[in-house]
Amino acid sequence: MSTPVTEPATDAAASAPQPLTMAGALNAALRDAMAEDDRVVVYGEDVGPLGGVFRVTDGLQAAFGEDRVWDSPLAESGIVGTAVGMAMYGLRPVVEMQFDAFSYPAFEQIVSHVAKMRNRTKGRVSLPMVIRIPCAGAIGGVEHHSDSSEAYWAATPGLTVVMPSNPADAYSMLREAIDSDDPVVFMEPKSRYWSKAELALPVRTAPMNRAEVVREGTDVTLIGYGPTVRTALDAAAAAESEGLSIEVVDLRSLSPFDDETVGASLRKTSRAAVIHEAAQFGGYGAEVAARLTERNFFHLAAPILRITGYDIPYPSPKLEEHYLPTPDRVLEALASWEWDLA
Amino acid sequence: MSLNVEHHEPRVLPSEKPIRLLDNAGHALRGRETGGFELPPVERLLDLYRRMVVARRFDVQVTALTKQGRLATYPSAYGQEACEIGVVSAITADDWLFPTYRDSIALLTRGLEPGEILQSFRGDWHNGWDQHEHRTAAMATPLATQALHAVGLAHAARLRSDPIVTLAYLGDGATSEGDAHEAFNFAAVWQTPTVFLVQNNQFAISTPIARQTHATTLADKAVGYGMPGYHVDGNDVAAMFAVATAAVDRARSGGGPTLIEGLTYRIESHTNSDDPTRYRAARDVEHWKRRDPIERLEKYLVSEGALTDDVRTAIAEAGEALAARTRDAMSVSPELDPLELFDHVYATPRTALAEQRAALEAELAAHSEHAREEVAAR
Ligand SMILES: Cc1ncc(C[n+]2csc(CCOP(=O)(O)OP(=O)(O)O)c2C)c(N)n1
Ligand SMILES: [Mg+2]
Repeated sequence: MSTPVTEPATDAAASAPQPLTMAGALNAALRDAMAEDDRVVVYGEDVGPLGGVFRVTDGLQAAFGEDRVWDSPLAESGIVGTAVGMAMYGLRPVVEMQFDAFSYPAFEQIVSHVAKMRNRTKGRVSLPMVIRIPCAGAIGGVEHHSDSSEAYWAATPGLTVVMPSNPADAYSMLREAIDSDDPVVFMEPKSRYWSKAELALPVRTAPMNRAEVVREGTDVTLIGYGPTVRTALDAAAAAESEGLSIEVVDLRSLSPFDDETVGASLRKTSRAAVIHEAAQFGGYGAEVAARLTERNFFHLAAPILRITGYDIPYPSPKLEEHYLPTPDRVLEALASWEWDLA
Repeated sequence: MSLNVEHHEPRVLPSEKPIRLLDNAGHALRGRETGGFELPPVERLLDLYRRMVVARRFDVQVTALTKQGRLATYPSAYGQEACEIGVVSAITADDWLFPTYRDSIALLTRGLEPGEILQSFRGDWHNGWDQHEHRTAAMATPLATQALHAVGLAHAARLRSDPIVTLAYLGDGATSEGDAHEAFNFAAVWQTPTVFLVQNNQFAISTPIARQTHATTLADKAVGYGMPGYHVDGNDVAAMFAVATAAVDRARSGGGPTLIEGLTYRIESHTNSDDPTRYRAARDVEHWKRRDPIERLEKYLVSEGALTDDVRTAIAEAGEALAARTRDAMSVSPELDPLELFDHVYATPRTALAEQRAALEAELAAHSEHAREEVAAR
């Protein structure tokens, strides 16, 4: 291992607040984790001198050297498969899939090995690794650059699947993911990479397995994650003028699911809708609706709605606006409930 | 019995020095460097020259249109014309091409119009042409996946006794993917009539070829699969065409697959959203610009007296005409029907999709109603 060229940042000395994008916050999280723990290595496609196509690994190779950050051959199965070996040997690899759809060659390694290792070895082998996946659409990307793959991962026992929606969570959750002894699929919503916040680093937000109420309301609970938290907040703001009080929950963690926080919100409002970009059929929203219904049926005033992409392949850039769930579409959907039954 | 001992020929390693028929000064070469391949006749070279010049004019035009915001993205093949054009020119209209996102200019030779080629890059629809009509698959973005399709289609054609060849284009980076390995192996085991062109433009986005392979050449890999491999000067269209023609002939006559590596260079950035200053020096680009494939052939054709002013003028005019057609095609924004999104998902219609389609239709109708009211109110 090469020696870090930068001074390790100590958690105690918080920096002055600075404007950071989500990409910048993720970069800072990687940097701080690497400075603190020399078992953390970062590799993947174009993560070295280029700093990743979204610049999340910008400057890391210059700071930590090529034994800590490097460009691998172009093969996702190879990237994840070798990370399994590295994690078995005590390193904490953080690997990057360039886009959702390009993680599919790694599907076998993730589902058959990463997810199952602890169980099949009766806990003797754990794989403390993070698989970072830029996810979802709304960036005008051409074919295969806007997929939403979260349901595949969330449906796989053994994986922890999280998705931050803002820069502060991005920093805090990535630090926690790297520290976790479980393998984490860390999904980064591309359309939020350039969203900004004033952050004093190192920032710590709620534990990554907890959902958070990000806006309080009394009439409806809108459940979003990643890119659709913004959608939900915009819908809530628009609804306010019409006298509708919307509570917004940011799931943050898809697996595990925070039944407690989300259930409490639902029992308060008695109505809920879940929003995601992915197609509806067999999507993550189905799990949300099913488990909330099972546990809170007698508190419900209306069926739980799923406001999602259509059951079609993600469209080309010029048509994606018609596919994506918008605040308008959210409000339309809420209007479909029979409100006087409440 | 030992394994495949009768396959003598493919065990020969490709030469480390790329096969070359014209040197950078446009002089015809003789001897070892040619790998035993012969310089194509002047008329053929003139035709390749015309195609390359026209292709470059198109490429430059599309890059400019992309900078103006007319296209969502465009991966340029500037500098790779000898690979792109030389190899595709070795197949017939009955053969099949399996291109990547990089290969727009090769598609020009398949009878495709600019508007069809660029439809996906403009962002209208994922694929803009009839694959069967042009015997040209949709561009593949998931790397190396198309190579398997080329092998499968070739095998199917053989089972149907159709004497066609399939040609799969791949990049140097794509050879690292598992699918590339599987395609090479299936093709060799099944002895399919497939030609693989690996355009080694020395970069996969920012990642240089040295981080992709430890083999001396990418063509070396062919040996391990039991097929012939050729390491060719990818900026020498004469060599690319000659080697590809031999590979296509062998494939068609039942001799199985071939892997051709064209050693070239990506002059432009990966796509318009890339920043190559982060990972390569301007002087490297300059070095390769001085090895321009078009200039090289031009020097030869001039020395042969084949490039008269009339011919030059005619070629330039053809290039300008194509550029104008490209601008025209990209300056209109065709009306896209969002409802069509639901029309091509399944062969068997589904009620659930029909419901979603109806919901979007109602939403669109409500929007235009709303817009009409706003106009009326003003
Ligand atoms: C399976 C897969 N992984 C990653 C990508 C993202 N990606 C697009 S192009 C590219 C580089 C490909 O390089 P190369 O094969 O050399 O082709 P070139 O672009 O140089 O023509 C990468 C990594 C992809 N398209 N598919
Ligand atoms: Mg390349």
